[in-house]
Amino acid sequence: MENAIEKHTIAVLVDNEPGVLARVIGLFSGRGYNIESLTVAEVNNAEHLSRITLVTSGTRMIIEQIKAQLGRLVPVHRVHDLTDEGPSVERELALVKVAGTGDRRIEALRLADIFQAKVVDATLTSFIFELTGTTEQVDDFVGLMGQLGLVEASRTGVVAMSKGPAAF
Amino acid sequence: MSEQKLTGAQIVIKALKDQGVDIIFGYPGGAVLPIYDALFQQNDLKHVLVRHEQAAVHAAEGYARSTGKVGCVLVTSGPGATNAVTGLLDALCDSIPLVCLSGQVPTHLIGNDAFQEADTTGITRPCTKHNYLVKDVDNLARTLHEAFYVARSGRPGPVLVDIPKDVQFADGTYVPPAEVKHKTYRPQVKAEIARVEEAVELIANAKRPVFYTGGGVINAGPFAAKLLTQFVKTTGFPITSTLMGLGAFPASDNQWLGMVGMHGTYEANLAMYECDVMINIGARFDDRVTGKLSAFSPGSKKIHVDIDPSSINKNVAVDIPIVGDCGAVLEDMLRIWKARAKSPDKAALKEWWGKVEGWRARNCLNYNRTESVIKPQYALERLREALRGKDHYITTEVGQHQMWAAQFLPFDQPNRWMTSGGLGTMGYGLPAAIGAQLAHPDAIVVDVSGEASFLMNMQEIGTAVQYRAPVKIFILNNQYMGMVRQWQELLHGSRYSQSYSEALPDFVKLAEAWGCVGLRATTVAEVDQVIEKMLAVTDRPCIVDIAVDQKENCFPMIPGGKAHNEILFGPDDSPSDATPEDGMVLV
Repeated sequence: MENAIEKHTIAVLVDNEPGVLARVIGLFSGRGYNIESLTVAEVNNAEHLSRITLVTSGTRMIIEQIKAQLGRLVPVHRVHDLTDEGPSVERELALVKVAGTGDRRIEALRLADIFQAKVVDATLTSFIFELTGTTEQVDDFVGLMGQLGLVEASRTGVVAMSKGPAAF
Repeated sequence: MSEQKLTGAQIVIKALKDQGVDIIFGYPGGAVLPIYDALFQQNDLKHVLVRHEQAAVHAAEGYARSTGKVGCVLVTSGPGATNAVTGLLDALCDSIPLVCLSGQVPTHLIGNDAFQEADTTGITRPCTKHNYLVKDVDNLARTLHEAFYVARSGRPGPVLVDIPKDVQFADGTYVPPAEVKHKTYRPQVKAEIARVEEAVELIANAKRPVFYTGGGVINAGPFAAKLLTQFVKTTGFPITSTLMGLGAFPASDNQWLGMVGMHGTYEANLAMYECDVMINIGARFDDRVTGKLSAFSPGSKKIHVDIDPSSINKNVAVDIPIVGDCGAVLEDMLRIWKARAKSPDKAALKEWWGKVEGWRARNCLNYNRTESVIKPQYALERLREALRGKDHYITTEVGQHQMWAAQFLPFDQPNRWMTSGGLGTMGYGLPAAIGAQLAHPDAIVVDVSGEASFLMNMQEIGTAVQYRAPVKIFILNNQYMGMVRQWQELLHGSRYSQSYSEALPDFVKLAEAWGCVGLRATTVAEVDQVIEKMLAVTDRPCIVDIAVDQKENCFPMIPGGKAHNEILFGPDDSPSDATPEDGMVLV
């Protein structure tokens, strides 16, 4: 039990100052932790705060260690384990380029419609779809497109937020 | 009041003075010339010119550890900063508060591969607690005050401030420390009381308890050491400590079991192995202490007090984690203990002490006392006798001599013992001794050294001579990198690959070349005479070359990957089974 690998989504509020992302990434590489995805952008312009959402995996002891190590970085304000702290919403955005003609092109468009993906670029031989959804939905969509002329995919990684009225 | 215009260099000097810095260890270079110019034009702040930047950091560590204050370092850009890296990591590993100022090429040249440019904040990011690059002179004073605050708060550590040369020349506004508050960094000092109460109950009901304390108690200040002593005396429990924690509890007390860990005493390690309640105060379950993790103190409930939440449950899962400053937690523990009129289980404790005394009777630090050759342990025993009752500080280098010093020199007070514990940096001891000596000019400061470690930073003799720091360099000279040789003997079939030092200098002549006193002992009879002469030198450094048994090994020893109860006592006590592969790979 203790050694089961868990996957956690962690939100970190940091001062948006030079080097802060390097500190976080350096911590993960230096201590041998996994990063499955990491997103970062400023969320409060007035106070120069950035929010980092990262998805990581490890044993319970490692996950706790990751949170403690993040918490002791000087520019880190708060560390929240969204996986532990009750229900949360997780979303990813992907751009998916598919090339093809004829039936494959029509099938790609039909699947995009089912996944509620938007067409953001179209040529006679290609589409770029924009899709927002959970990691699994994006995985599924990209997987299907793999058989219909997938050229490339670009994904943001997960952003997440806890459900309900409470602030982070 | 705070609207004075000063140059960046003047701001640096003023900020250091306002932070109470009286000595700064450094080495000049192109990118810090404005700061050196500002230093030249004042007399309050003393600059100590080292011979290598690594030594500047170790000297500041020696200063910081012997005074409890923040040590201060000034180095130039590029090689100045990279030379300081080892020292910075050393201070990080041992939680020593330092502020290191480094020069940087002017802001418009950053990133252009300019002369003596290095990405100093990038290089030092994992080697410091925090670091800053100051690009605007108006942020300089604030950043410097913040750096001191971060260095000394919570779990202390080194902080680097990288200052481009144009920022040192520019005019800016000075802000006094009182006006600077860090935005976010507020380490937890007071622990959750419910947890402390839980701990007190567990302690009161213990049958086979042991205190296991570490550098956290030293860092919490002499008051914490006093509280620890009081609590340990109140409970009557046995106590051991890590290498970093020596001196927090008086070694002359009968409750003291000696150091724990790889070269710790039999009684300390067995008490850790067989205890039912382990009270860890300010130690971090380091691999040098735990040995084989799966067999570490298998039957005990564990309390862990640490100011750093990331130390808790990192290596060993504990039952009662307490995040807080050791001093503050000990104060709460004692108060609750008294308020609840707790007393230990006397009968159980008596039985436990009976066991502990049985282990102690094994006399694990005994060695083959012979007249034919100087045993390193003997030399340290004689040093111990000579220093008894005298105001003294000990530093060490790294290796066998370091472990023997920890075993054979008793520390009754905190801040008297300075050694590179976490990083294990050879070459630490001499510069650290200089730092400690300059902070305590009238005390005796001895660097217990090995000849190989001494060679790593021996250029610092020049610093000691220049500032008339009468440090004593007590070299236990076995002509080997002793600890490397010991491991090669025990674990690598006595294949002594590259661990013998050819072409050693004549240390007595070397001392004389520097204008120091050089002494040598080659026979047992000479040891006392040499120590006496060494202690009589008070106006210059003294190098003592003690020719010790070349083949002596440091025991007891728990080989890598073994448990506390698999301890080796001496040369006739070779490992019963070969060290397991997973143990061999451990360092």
